[in-house]
Amino acid sequence: MEPTSPRFKQNAHAALANPVLQQALAKAKVGFSARRRAAYGQLPEFEALREEARAIKEHTLAHLDFYLEEFERRVIASGGQVHWARTAAEARDAVLAICRRLGARTVTKGKSMISEEIGLNDFLEAQGIVPVETDMGEYVIQLRHEPPSHLLAPAFHLLREQWSNSFRAAHKDLPVDRRLDEPRALADEGRQVLRQRFLAADVGITGANFLIAETGSTVIVTNEGNGDLTQTLPKAHIVVTSIEKAVPTLEDAMTLLRLLPRSATGQELSSYVTFSTGPRRADDRDGPGEFHVVLLDNGRSAMLNTEFHDMLRCIRCAACLNHCPVYLSVGGHAYGWVYSGPMGAVLTPSLIGVETAGHLPNASTFCGKCESVCPVKIPLPKMMRHWRERQWDRHLESKRYRAGLKLWAFMARRPALYRWGAELAARFLGNAGAAKGRFARLPLAGGWTGGRDLPAPEGRSFMSLWAERRRREGSR
Amino acid sequence: MNPAKPRVGLFVTCLVDLFRPTVGFAAVALLERAGCTVEVPAAQTCCGQPAYNSGDRDDARDLAGRNVALFEGFDYVVAPSGSCAGMLREHYPRLFEDDPAMHARAEHLAKRSHELVSFLVDVRGMNAVDAAYAGTIAYHDSCSGLRELGVKEQPRRLLRTVKDATMVELPGAEVCCGFGGTFCVKYPDISVRMAADKAADIAATGADTLLAGDMGCLLNMAGRLLREGKPVHVRHVAEVLAGMTGLAPPIGEAR
Repeated sequence: MEPTSPRFKQNAHAALANPVLQQALAKAKVGFSARRRAAYGQLPEFEALREEARAIKEHTLAHLDFYLEEFERRVIASGGQVHWARTAAEARDAVLAICRRLGARTVTKGKSMISEEIGLNDFLEAQGIVPVETDMGEYVIQLRHEPPSHLLAPAFHLLREQWSNSFRAAHKDLPVDRRLDEPRALADEGRQVLRQRFLAADVGITGANFLIAETGSTVIVTNEGNGDLTQTLPKAHIVVTSIEKAVPTLEDAMTLLRLLPRSATGQELSSYVTFSTGPRRADDRDGPGEFHVVLLDNGRSAMLNTEFHDMLRCIRCAACLNHCPVYLSVGGHAYGWVYSGPMGAVLTPSLIGVETAGHLPNASTFCGKCESVCPVKIPLPKMMRHWRERQWDRHLESKRYRAGLKLWAFMARRPALYRWGAELAARFLGNAGAAKGRFARLPLAGGWTGGRDLPAPEGRSFMSLWAERRRREGSR
Repeated sequence: MNPAKPRVGLFVTCLVDLFRPTVGFAAVALLERAGCTVEVPAAQTCCGQPAYNSGDRDDARDLAGRNVALFEGFDYVVAPSGSCAGMLREHYPRLFEDDPAMHARAEHLAKRSHELVSFLVDVRGMNAVDAAYAGTIAYHDSCSGLRELGVKEQPRRLLRTVKDATMVELPGAEVCCGFGGTFCVKYPDISVRMAADKAADIAATGADTLLAGDMGCLLNMAGRLLREGKPVHVRHVAEVLAGMTGLAPPIGEAR
């Protein structure tokens, strides 16, 4: 996926003017946070659990090489195979090689952000293999040729009307009078079409929420059951995933599972939690003939032990998106690549470069809500600030902004000069704005006054008034 | 330290200094009523957040170092802002992680630094004010004060003792208003959207007065309310608590 992150401002502008998106966002604004709050209201040990989860992920990251090799040993022992991929291209090639060997023509896919990250669908299509997304949200955005706009709810930016229009456009044999105005009707239509695809698929691809080193199992957390059909029916199940998903034991995965659905959708547990360990065994009634795990690095190992290390704890629950006032204003597409919201603002520059994704860590008020809801306590604002530091060091921000800030800093480091400047500005602006008490327009302040007035200063700086008062008191 | 009469260094903040000196005088009055001696070091300028949050660590460290030295002798350092107090308390030590001597001094400052209203309540044990304000008040929780310093109940507790005032809860009081320092001019579209959402929430309460503890947020919210012509008077919480609303018109309104 070609990033549009450099055009974040234009993307955001368009998003704010998009009535469908704004309606969808307005619904989400109340829904997600209320559900999460309700779920944690019934979990008094939430804070202790957060600390435990943080510790599990930190321990795993400190011994990541050990746990990944252990995971691979267990996968092999259960009859599967691990394909190590340093880059997106290596991951795509690993998937293609399996598909080619099996003569695959269609692959079904469960929801996977790693698949988005490596641009798997476009790649497979170019190779003549048809990928079919089976998560209902992913399916509809695939029909619309759109990327997901949310970690969990990929079609988050659409209303029911867009869904039914997309179905009508794609499902040619649909009777005109068929009603698609209810969620249930949409789900039935989607299921009916997808059922045939499940049965026809040669290979099934899913992601993974956790990789359990102790057992060699991969875990997916879903609500639709499509993941199970995707991975059970075809000749091979390919898990495309990334290295930071590893956890040491089954019990560790259970601890994280107490946090993930609650943080994500406010559910105590998702409808399905599926553990996959190797291909079908001789006495299994069903299951894939082959089991492959494509393990992607793509820049993650380079984040270990840097100022962005903590980001590798992320379990992709989307709580930071769901509570971010910036995300809830512009939606996920504005961020211009796979990951959005606060976690995307930190992760995306690591994966595609801060010169491309520089807007993302800047488009935050540092309100701190994201960090406060993160189940693994990732200090997201702090890491966004670290990206800003890298940008500053490399002179990546605009010349005008840099010049303005340097001028301000020059003044602020010279108290006498600053005093004089502040008093001058207070008097001048106070005087000019005295009649109305505010400015509707002001030269060089268009960024402020475009959508709000600028209250006028009272007319004198505090420091000069204070100095006068002290002098008066002294002479008394 | 004389706990009966502590010496407080007032960290005025650059926005109060430039836009709203009344808040500075209100802070001094409240601190004196809380039994403190207040001094205002003349060489202070800004806490350094514009540099720090823009990635300009050198200028941020320079300004932090100046403030650490400037406020060294005080029992407490108090700012009428959760954002600037948060910078002193939470972030100054981080700026000197590679300099043990400065780090220790920054830690010492951090431990003594407080946001004004939480200082009055939590440190000085103030539980009532002698002030009157005829109006219905909605209070917005500014992000840094709320999430970095735990300022939430303290202003409400004192406001409930203001004569003639009625408090209403602002729905979404903990949601950011969209100011965000330089964010408000770097991404004005998004900032204005957030301010507009906030203005709608404020207007829906029916309150005639909006209070908060940070000038940046107040300028932003007042600016949007004014632009929309919403009849809400905006003030810093210290003005009401000190009973000094007669000294200046509400933020953005003519004398």
